[in-house]
Amino acid sequence: MSAVLLNDETKKVLITPLVNDNPITLQVLGICSALAVTSQMSTSLIMALALTLVTAFSSAAISAIRNHIPSSIRIIVQMTIIASLVIVVDQLLKAFAYDVSKQLSVFVGLIITNCIVMGRAEGYAMKNPPLESFMDGIGNGLGYSLILIIVAFFRETLGSGKLLGIEVFKLTKDGGWYDPNGLMLLPPSAFFIIGLIIWSVRQWKPEQAEKVEFKIMSISHGEGGHH
Amino acid sequence: MEAYISLFVKAVFIENLALSFFLGMCTFIAVSKKISTAMGLGVAVMVVQAITVPANNIVYHALLKEDALSWMGITGVDLSFLALLSCIGMIAALVQILEMILDKFFPALYHALGVFLPLITVNCAILGGSLFMIERDYNFGESVTYGVGSGLGWALAITVMAGVREKLKYSDIPAGLQGLGITFITAGLMSLGFMAFSGIQL
Repeated sequence: MSAVLLNDETKKVLITPLVNDNPITLQVLGICSALAVTSQMSTSLIMALALTLVTAFSSAAISAIRNHIPSSIRIIVQMTIIASLVIVVDQLLKAFAYDVSKQLSVFVGLIITNCIVMGRAEGYAMKNPPLESFMDGIGNGLGYSLILIIVAFFRETLGSGKLLGIEVFKLTKDGGWYDPNGLMLLPPSAFFIIGLIIWSVRQWKPEQAEKVEFKIMSISHGEGGHH
Repeated sequence: MEAYISLFVKAVFIENLALSFFLGMCTFIAVSKKISTAMGLGVAVMVVQAITVPANNIVYHALLKEDALSWMGITGVDLSFLALLSCIGMIAALVQILEMILDKFFPALYHALGVFLPLITVNCAILGGSLFMIERDYNFGESVTYGVGSGLGWALAITVMAGVREKLKYSDIPAGLQGLGITFITAGLMSLGFMAFSGIQL
């Protein structure tokens, strides 16, 4: 089994989505939930786990029946498989982690329309065998999880001085030194942090940067020349 | 009546689907480069939202809710776990029907909105609207108001975003921040602006 797991193709589909082809920062997929659940580390971890499992199993299932799906109804077939898996995840969360499931509210259901799941089903699983598709699902799920965990790390530590509910910075109201930054718990901070993550990734790997649409030319002659 | 107005204002501004719940973000980021296309998509979302939220409301209350089947003489059945599947099925079917109706009777409108309709099935704002409707237990009147309001709020947000981005392309942005990066930061600033509504109690 380990020989199969470690062949080149599986390794490639598992590793590239982490940084080089990250679903969030490069493919621009699945951003909605990445922003919404990240004000706490615990909810982010559960969400990341749920999405990784759903992506992996739906990719494997769709790939297994890919030669029997007529192309005109493939979206509906994919949706049904994904929705059934999400219902399973939702019921499991309600049974074993009721508090977290209440906090995640509708966002577990929204895994159905998470573009990562559909995108991998459509873009990879329809053309490749089940095992590779499963690994591709895991890889993309992990790429998503990585961003989610980074965002949640900054939002929870800076916003409430805690990580996974354990005190990291002692807050001023408990006699410590850290004055929590309330903005970090509000929606806008998630946008800022993801924007900054994208900036740093693209600074590190310049080939990911987008082309400039308009180049501003410096005009050195004439009157209003200080541009 | 007053309750409906306050629900409407809440759905448009205070609980804006795009900027405070981050729903429909993928399309929000991808299709907001030009004002005209953004507005087209916004209108399409509003129309679909105004139809699907009430439709899902009817299905949920008539078939899926706990003891909802009592009108058929069947009691003690709780099918609410099927809500996810029925919502997404309903949305996909309604979008398909809407596309056919527009194509047959309003060709001009179909050409303007047609390309956006398939995108809408996988737009989380639409599914999110229906799931919020179920979670908050809206009745039929409230679900109509919420559908129209939340769709309008989303349309408003994407149009404003496109307006900002049209101006933004002339600015001198660092290479790594170009495109997606600066779009996120702009969305953050807009969301900060919308936070100003959050103190309003209606």
